[in-house]
Amino acid sequence: MAILAGRDIRVIIQGITGREAASFTKDMLDYGTRVVAGVTPGKQGQEVHGVPVYDTVRRALKRHTADASVISVPPGMVREAVLEALENGIKLLVVVSERVPRKDVIDFLEVAREQDARVIGPNTLGIISPERVKLGMAGGPVDDVKKAYVPGNVGIASRSGGMTTEIANLLTTHGIGQSTCIGVGGDPVVGSNFLDLIPLFDQDPETEAVVLFCEPGGIIEESLAEMVISQRIALPIVGFIAGRFMDDMPGVRFGHAATIVEGDKGTAKGKVESFKEAGIHVAESFSDIVKILRDVM
Amino acid sequence: MRLLEHESKEILGRYSIPTPKGDVVGSAEEFNMDGPVMLKAQIPLGGRGKSGGVIEVSSAGEAKEKIEHLLSTPIRGYRARKILVEEVIAVSQEFFMAVTYDTVAKDPLVIFSKEGGVDIEDLSATQPEKLQKELFTVRARLPQYRAREIVSEAGISGRKLLGLGAILSKLVDIFLDYDATVVEINPLALTGDGKLVALDCHLEIDDDALYRHKDQAEKLSLHDRYEGGRKSTDFELRAAEIDNLDHRGVAGRMIEFDGLLGLIIGGGGASLTAFDAVRQHGGRPANYCEIGGNPSVLKVKELTKHILAKRGVEKIAIIMNVVSNTRVDLVARGVVKGILEAGRVPSDTVAVFRVPGAWEEEGFKILSKYGVPYCDRSVSIDEAAKMAVERTRC
Repeated sequence: MAILAGRDIRVIIQGITGREAASFTKDMLDYGTRVVAGVTPGKQGQEVHGVPVYDTVRRALKRHTADASVISVPPGMVREAVLEALENGIKLLVVVSERVPRKDVIDFLEVAREQDARVIGPNTLGIISPERVKLGMAGGPVDDVKKAYVPGNVGIASRSGGMTTEIANLLTTHGIGQSTCIGVGGDPVVGSNFLDLIPLFDQDPETEAVVLFCEPGGIIEESLAEMVISQRIALPIVGFIAGRFMDDMPGVRFGHAATIVEGDKGTAKGKVESFKEAGIHVAESFSDIVKILRDVM
Repeated sequence: MRLLEHESKEILGRYSIPTPKGDVVGSAEEFNMDGPVMLKAQIPLGGRGKSGGVIEVSSAGEAKEKIEHLLSTPIRGYRARKILVEEVIAVSQEFFMAVTYDTVAKDPLVIFSKEGGVDIEDLSATQPEKLQKELFTVRARLPQYRAREIVSEAGISGRKLLGLGAILSKLVDIFLDYDATVVEINPLALTGDGKLVALDCHLEIDDDALYRHKDQAEKLSLHDRYEGGRKSTDFELRAAEIDNLDHRGVAGRMIEFDGLLGLIIGGGGASLTAFDAVRQHGGRPANYCEIGGNPSVLKVKELTKHILAKRGVEKIAIIMNVVSNTRVDLVARGVVKGILEAGRVPSDTVAVFRVPGAWEEEGFKILSKYGVPYCDRSVSIDEAAKMAVERTRC
């Protein structure tokens, strides 16, 4: 069993007629994901790569059964799209859209929490459980996904979308397969961060170790370290912390909105130290991830 | 977007939170108040008082002199273009209140202390029990009864409780209505005659929400707010121009460094990884950048030429994560063209080309044709960085 999404999960795409959404819909279908319907208000009756389009989620669900929604709509419409999915009982939402106002994110996460639904993202490339399912853009077209991702026993959670595939590729190159790979999203607040995902990986019989890709900014890594200690989590975790050079230049703003170093919190160095104190393995170089996994598995 | 103090206080005024009587001036001539006043340099920084940005003066003459001084003296890299002139308030007690997001709890958080003032950060570190913290939800906001509960927990009762509760509740409204990421009043003063007045205010608006706060966003284009901050170098400005050549992908976000190894790296996380790896192996980068989202050949070409035009840069390393969106062949074509147009030899100039993924066969074909050293996905980002550093040495 992978986490979050298995082979049988049925998916709708909100915003399916958008260029990017249409493109990843095809990639998801090619990978074998069961995309049952799409939703774009005003475009009911159209088809996107053979997937029927409906005006509303409710209409789509009258004809189809769905467990998850991948949402790719303009930033100002994300909040309503998420609320629409939640109101119609969808329990797993993957929000691909970026630049969503933080208040909107917090607002829909509060509703999701009340309804016991799980949100990945926003600003995520999505999820891949190799050879089973792919939700969102992660990995690109099917041939590229197959080259980088193979099934196995290592989970990946990454604050960078591109590095999710890069880590999978590194593991695959060295004969290590993956259980579930998740781009958590690049924003300061995301629906499922490391604190939310590690317990799921920990309970997954298939996952024997997890690799985390971390960046400066925020206090999620520091909080995870505390959680690993307090809950005595035994699952081996390997953390790679990128952007160490940023410690020398506080105040410089990088592309990833989350990597804004504020004061003395959220530095790469601080994250490395808190991981080590909690027994989380820190890969000093990117390739070391493989060596450490071989030691701990 | 960080608002200046006087811009933030204008918003407080709209919510009937009292602020000192005052005026904003851009020169000594504009000053027309009497008697003792506070002069406050309008720069987007905290801790202005400790850096000489806040001055109390006793006469109009002294005020004019000090206004000129504040307008001409940089404070920690910033220079004020506006001075906030305010009446002097007799303070009997200082409070602290702030609203921000708790990124772990994923809820907004209100913070209150009856020991406000300049040392609030020390207080937070040494006596955290003196700060009341409480989560709330976007939907429920913070009704006055909840605000009063928080103030009451801090040991305050009577008229102060009512006044503080009302202001705290309004501050939450401001935070949500303006899509703030942080709003803080410190100090909120209790005056000698029992009134509450916000002496300073710090408000930052979520950049991703600026589109629905056009009146605030417009301020960003004003040239007379303040000067300073980290100035972009000419090298960085030119890179930004290149990124704006067309709308296809990103080939910019350049930061200049003083080394000699040029870098074309991307996307975001991979840029951080590659830059660290180059330094870890003893390399000294000439620049940081982020490319991604399938930039056009034109952009990559111009970026390559631009980096090679930097004094002393002989070699350039191109490193990206396994790409699915960006096309390897377009990156390869852009890099080779840029090197040729710069009058250099591709095989000597590229320290390493490590961009695997979409359209890689086509890309590798172009690179082979020019004898450019490239590696495929079996070579990791840090191994590629090591190769680049080693090739730069010889």
